[in-house]
Amino acid sequence: MKKAAATTGYGAAIRDGFEHLLANHSEVFTIGQGLWSPWYVGNSMTDLDSQFGRERVIDTPVSELGCTGAALGAALCGYRPVVIHPRVDFMLLAVDQIVTQAAKWRSMFGGQVSAPITIRAIINRGGEQGAQHSQSLQSWFAHIPGLRVVMPSTPTDARDLLIASVLSDDPVLYLDDRWLYGLEEKLPPIQERNLADEGPRLTRTGPDLTMVGCSYSAHLCREAAARLSANGIECDVIDLRVLNPLDATLIISSVKKTGRLLAVDGDWRSCGMAAEVIASIAEALDPRVMRAAPRRVTLPDAPAPTSNPLERSYYPTVDYIVQRGLALVGAQQETFE
Amino acid sequence: MASLDALIQRNAGSLGTLADAEHYHEPVMIDADDTEALLAGLQRMILIRVVEEKIGDMVSQGVVKCPCHLAIGQEAPAVGVASYVRQGDRVFGAHRSHSHFLALGGSPHGLLAEVQGKDTGVSRGMGGSMHLIDIPNGLYGTVPIVGATIPIAVGAGLAAKMDGNGAMAVSFFGDGATEEGVFHESMNLAALMKIPVLFVCENNFFSSHLHIALRQPDASVCRYAEAHRIEWARADGNDLAAVRAVTREAVAAIRAGDGPRFLELVTYRWRGHVGHREDEDVGVKRKDDLAVWKLRDPISRLAVALEDIGALNRQQLKQFWTEAHVVVEEAWATATHDGYPPAKALLSRVYSGTMANKQ
Repeated sequence: MKKAAATTGYGAAIRDGFEHLLANHSEVFTIGQGLWSPWYVGNSMTDLDSQFGRERVIDTPVSELGCTGAALGAALCGYRPVVIHPRVDFMLLAVDQIVTQAAKWRSMFGGQVSAPITIRAIINRGGEQGAQHSQSLQSWFAHIPGLRVVMPSTPTDARDLLIASVLSDDPVLYLDDRWLYGLEEKLPPIQERNLADEGPRLTRTGPDLTMVGCSYSAHLCREAAARLSANGIECDVIDLRVLNPLDATLIISSVKKTGRLLAVDGDWRSCGMAAEVIASIAEALDPRVMRAAPRRVTLPDAPAPTSNPLERSYYPTVDYIVQRGLALVGAQQETFE
Repeated sequence: MASLDALIQRNAGSLGTLADAEHYHEPVMIDADDTEALLAGLQRMILIRVVEEKIGDMVSQGVVKCPCHLAIGQEAPAVGVASYVRQGDRVFGAHRSHSHFLALGGSPHGLLAEVQGKDTGVSRGMGGSMHLIDIPNGLYGTVPIVGATIPIAVGAGLAAKMDGNGAMAVSFFGDGATEEGVFHESMNLAALMKIPVLFVCENNFFSSHLHIALRQPDASVCRYAEAHRIEWARADGNDLAAVRAVTREAVAAIRAGDGPRFLELVTYRWRGHVGHREDEDVGVKRKDDLAVWKLRDPISRLAVALEDIGALNRQQLKQFWTEAHVVVEEAWATATHDGYPPAKALLSRVYSGTMANKQ
C-alpha cells in the first residue's frame, strides 16, 4: 500500500488502472506493440507482463490492423481486450477495424451485440519528431458515432477513465498524452464508474471567461486560468474528458454565465474539436448573451515541423492562451465601456 | 483478347484442371463419406439455391434494393465446412455470405426479412444482405469490407484458446481478400500464436469484375499458407464430399491444439459480383465459360452420385426442391408483412450505455 500522503504520476496512474483491471476482471487482457518494453509505453505498463503473465499482456508482431481486428474478435467473444498503439500515428493503420468495424458493430447488427474493445493510443509529440510522430487526431475519431472517445487530463482520470473505458460495453478510444506523464497528484481510492455517466467537468469557476480543453490542453487551460487570476480575471475551466458522445450542457451553462468562450485544442483547427465546442454554444445560446466573439486556440493547419524554432511556435503554450484570454476580455471592455 | 485466354491458362498454375471449366462435370465420389450427412448437405444446398434464386428474383423486380451478392453455384464450401462447426465455434463471413448463414442453420425468414430491411431480420433490419449475424448458430458476423473479418476471426480464435474448451473460429473469405494486407497480418498472428482458426478461401476466380489472372501471378492462393507455415489443403469446392474430407482433417488438427489450418476451395459463381444478373459486371471469357462451369454444379453432381448408390431416388429429390420452395415462399410472404425498425432505432442501437458487472 502507498503511504497516505504519496502522490502518483499520470503514467503510473495508468499502470494502476491496468493493475486493477487485470487483477479484478479475468476477461481483460492487453495486446499491442511494445508492451514488454518501456521504450514504447513509458512507465504506464511496467512489469505487468511478469505480474499477470505474457498471455494477458501480449507483445505483438508489427501488425496494427491485424492486432486491432484480433482484439475486436476477442471482444465479440466475451473478453475485454485493450489494444495498445504506442503512437497515434501508427494506429492509423488500424482505422478500418476501429471506425468501420468496431464502432459500427452494434448498430449494424441491430443493437443485439456489443464490442467492448478499448483502443488505447499514446500522443507522443515534441522533441523534433516531426510530421509522422506527432499526431493526436481526436477530432477525427470524435466524429464517429458508436466510438466513445476519452482523453484524461489528470492522473486520477487517467486511472479511473481507463477502468471505465475497459468496463464499458462499447468500443472506446482512450488517448493519453506523454506530456502529461509528469503530472502528480494524490489519488483517491479506485471507483469503477459507468463511462456513459462520465462527461465534461468544471475544474475551476469564475465569471469572466469560459475556457474549454481536453487532455494536455485542459492542463494548459488550468495553468492559464491561474495566471489570468493573478491579473484579476476569473475563469470557468472545463475539461472535456469524454469527447464523444459530447455532452455540451456544462459548456452552454458556463458560457451563458460568462459570455466569453476560448476553446483550446491540441489538434488542427479545421473541423476540429474546438470548432465543435464553439458550434455547441452557437446553436444553443442567444447571440446577445455573448460579450465577445468566441475564439479558438489550436495547432496551425500544418503538419508538425522538426526544426526547433518552428516547433516552439507550433504547439499552444500557457503564455499564448493567457494572451488570448486577455484579448478576449479586453475586447469586451473596449466594446462596452 | 487471345492474350488474356493465354494468361488465364498460364496463371492456372498449381490449380491445374480445377481451373479448367471442362473438368469435374461427373458425379462426385462418395464412397468414404457418410450418406446421411451428404443427404442432409444436399438438402441444405438446395435450400441455399432456392433462397438465393428468390432473392435474385426480388432484386430483379426492384423489391429488394440493398446490394445482394448471391452464392448460387458456391453452395458446397459453406455446407461442407458448416457440417464440422459445433456449439461454441465462431464463424465469420464476408459480402457473399447468405450461404454461410443458411448452411449454419440460419432461418430463411430471418434472412429474407433482413434483405427487406425489416425489424424481424437477423440484424433487426439494420444490416441488410451484407451484415448478417446469428450467434445461436455460431455466425458471429459477416461484413463487406474485403478481408475485414479475417483478423476478427483470429481474435475469436484467440478467445477460444483462452477459454481452453476446444472451440475454434472459422473465417470465410474470397480470393480477392488474399490481396489485402490484413490477410497476411492475420495468418502470421494465427501461426505465431497457434490460434485455433480455420481459414477458408472460396476461390471463385473473380474479385468483382476482375479475373485472378489479372490480379495475381498464380491462381492458387495456398502459397500464402506455406509462407506463413500453415498447413493447407485444396479441394474441388463444388464437390461436397471433397469439401467435407479436407474440412474433417483440418478441424481435427485445430481441435487437437495444432494451430490454424488453411483450405482453398475452388468454385465458381453463377451470378455477377452483385445483383441478380449472370454476366453484367465481369470481363471477357465469362459469358462463354459460364455455361460450361454450370456443368460443375455442386447440387446435381451430388444428387446423381447419391442416386447411383441407391441412397436417393428421383421422387425424393423432387420433394427436396418442392419443400425448399414451400419454406422459402412462406418465409418470404411472412417477411413481406413484417414491420420496419422503429424510427428511434437509428439512435437507440448505437451505444449500449451499460458496463460490466463487477465479478
